[in-house]
Amino acid sequence: MRLDSKTAEKFAKAIIWSAALLVIAVLLAVIIYILAKGVPEISWDFLSQIPRSMGRSGGISSTIIGTLLVTLVAVAVATPFGIGTAFYLTEYTREGKITRVIRFSAESLAGIPSIVYGLFGFIFFVIYLKLGWSILSGGLTLAIMILPTIIRTTEEAILAVPYMYREVGFSLGGTRWQTITRAVFPSALPGIANGIILSIGRCVAETAAVILTAGSALQMPESLFSPARTMAVHFYILAREGISMENAFGTAALLIILIFIINVVFNMLVNRFVAKGR
Amino acid sequence: MGRTKIEIKGLNFFYKDKQAIRGLNIEIPENEITAVFGPANSGITTLLRTLNRLSDLIYGTRVEGEILLDGKNIFGADVSVTELRQRVGMVFDVPTPLPMSIYDNIALGHRMAKRPKAQINEKVETALKMAALWDEVKDRLHTPAARLSGGQQQRLCIARVLALEPEVILLDRPCSALDPVSTSKIEESLSRIKDRYTIVIAPHTVQQAGRIAGRAAFMLMGELIEYGDTSDVLTNPKDQRTSDYVTGRFG
Amino acid sequence: MKNMKEKLSGRIFLAVALSTLSALAVITVFIFIKGLPIIGKVGVLDFVFGMKWAPSEGAFGIFPMIVGSVAVTLGAVIIGVPVALCCSVFLAEFAPVWMRNLFRPAIQLLAGIPSVVYGFWGVIFIVPFIRDYLGGPGLSILAGSVILAIMILPTIISISEVSILALPRYYKEGALALGLTHWQTIRSLLVPAAKSGIVAAVILGIGRAIGETMAVIMVLGNAVALPESILDPVRTLTTNIGIEMGYASGEHQEALFATGVVLFIIIMILNATAQYIVRRKRAR
Repeated sequence: MRLDSKTAEKFAKAIIWSAALLVIAVLLAVIIYILAKGVPEISWDFLSQIPRSMGRSGGISSTIIGTLLVTLVAVAVATPFGIGTAFYLTEYTREGKITRVIRFSAESLAGIPSIVYGLFGFIFFVIYLKLGWSILSGGLTLAIMILPTIIRTTEEAILAVPYMYREVGFSLGGTRWQTITRAVFPSALPGIANGIILSIGRCVAETAAVILTAGSALQMPESLFSPARTMAVHFYILAREGISMENAFGTAALLIILIFIINVVFNMLVNRFVAKGR
Repeated sequence: MGRTKIEIKGLNFFYKDKQAIRGLNIEIPENEITAVFGPANSGITTLLRTLNRLSDLIYGTRVEGEILLDGKNIFGADVSVTELRQRVGMVFDVPTPLPMSIYDNIALGHRMAKRPKAQINEKVETALKMAALWDEVKDRLHTPAARLSGGQQQRLCIARVLALEPEVILLDRPCSALDPVSTSKIEESLSRIKDRYTIVIAPHTVQQAGRIAGRAAFMLMGELIEYGDTSDVLTNPKDQRTSDYVTGRFG
Repeated sequence: MKNMKEKLSGRIFLAVALSTLSALAVITVFIFIKGLPIIGKVGVLDFVFGMKWAPSEGAFGIFPMIVGSVAVTLGAVIIGVPVALCCSVFLAEFAPVWMRNLFRPAIQLLAGIPSVVYGFWGVIFIVPFIRDYLGGPGLSILAGSVILAIMILPTIISISEVSILALPRYYKEGALALGLTHWQTIRSLLVPAAKSGIVAAVILGIGRAIGETMAVIMVLGNAVALPESILDPVRTLTTNIGIEMGYASGEHQEALFATGVVLFIIIMILNATAQYIVRRKRAR
């Protein structure tokens, strides 16, 4: 049966529109369901009290702090290494063997499943480096995980800066370091910030790598060496063990809201970046 | 012709296998405007960029011969490239204000040279006055330079170079993107300051050379064809090729 | 003085850049060190193709898990790729600008939701649906495939859309000028032209699907047996690690690391393939 082109066109359009609507529907279904059941659970008590009796009651304050600290460590470590690598690849060398190898490493790191990162983090940070289950172990593991993202976005941001800026810097007697920091970096900054925010989102959402490295202790962490539970891990444990559906929903809702805010900030920055006249 | 500021001896310049400048010998006098003109791809931009060693930034270039600045070869092993570029400033063919304020643009060279902060205000003002831009921007020094018009931006770039108090100023078709009014303002500034600097300009028209340059050099395909007082080269050229180019038979 | 600082900063940057390389090296080394010995002990073929996984008895065959991973991923691709392709075509060709500006952040949000949340939602909605209308325990390959399909949508959509938008405008204009309808242009010209980008996107999506743990751990049922239909529960390589890592020790733990090694190798091959395709496209 051959449809004539007009009918085929209509048919195809119908399918394509339905696919798009299906995707939106799914997104809404997931988000609305979680928010509807979870937002009512969020109260000041929920946010400020630590979990009691394995999370059946109390709040999730220690997990909020846990998430914050682990993310902070990850970003603090990955950002200098990521930005430095990106600057090296774009400003200090030409394309050659070394850059290809480094780029290959970065892209490979990006593909490794988070559970394998969890295994690595466990064997390297927790056991071998004797850091134990700790925020440090979790943060360092996540740092390696987000490194490729930061490298990629920073590189794009640097390449978007017009070449003339560098020529001007050099022609005024600047060294490479001075030209980069004064003429290139400020223009690339919004793009770099984007990458960091994207990575923050990934850290907040990550579960598999964190549970094997930062542990799942419920107490409020006292230092970077303390074990901690992040919100994502907390949600997983609550849901899987059926400990408390209400608290699970509350945690999930908070997570979604947090990620939503991060995305909004990200988009706002992107728009300002574009508006600056690229 | 006064004292020689720059002496080029036997310069050959290669981009990998392609030769862009062939056996160039020329003496550029101090405190005068020397124009180097010719059709595209004659090696003029290459020459200018070699004079401040901006050519070093391109991979695969090779230089033979010497360029003596005040008698000292700029390719010598002990020469500091960054210092050289402070002595030999460059203005590009397109206005290139950096995304910062007018003040920060002008002050950039000084800040990178780590010169004392106290003097910077004064140097910025002097530079802007010499570039004939001071009156137009003195009330908005800390606004973004990008908001200036094209002609103003190019004068900003000239001021930026002047702020470093160079000895030589290189200009690569500085007015090619500008309207005639801006062009004449810039030509006027250059004529006014030429007694204090050695200026080498690649004009975008032969007429510009005639308007402001004391000496003129005609380059074709990497070779120096003719060099002398501007009036002689333009109205009484010795070489047939010069004559053909100046009269517009080819371009 | 300036020269010295210059050289130093160059060296520092090089050292930093090499850290990326060393991170990959360290990960590879440690995973392999911990995982290879037991593969050696059990034997490569017995490990990879062994049908029985019973750590308490010392049986370490991961074939059921390999089948599980393949089946779930295949299902995700079958369900997800057509939907993703339609969406990217939609975004690139049909959506009005306002819709495009809504859709893109929506897709980003989809990508940002923690995988555990998807798993949870799957347990609440997808699993009962399958159980009531299609049979079986509900916890099944099908449930996993559906969830994974949703999760790889953003990856495939965003990269494919970019590939289609990157095509030169005259492709489309030329085709329309020759009298082709919009759909014919898309089907026979634009999509094939963007093929390498789309294929790269799909491969990346497959990589994500194989590597996903938390989303599927709740909906797969985790039975260590060869599945017979898509309605059967199953374990994947990733969920195997995720479930048992918490209490494994000794040889058991080593076997889980060995599973990690297998995963690692599979993903490396997939990624190298995707990179190769992207590079070939760039070389054109």
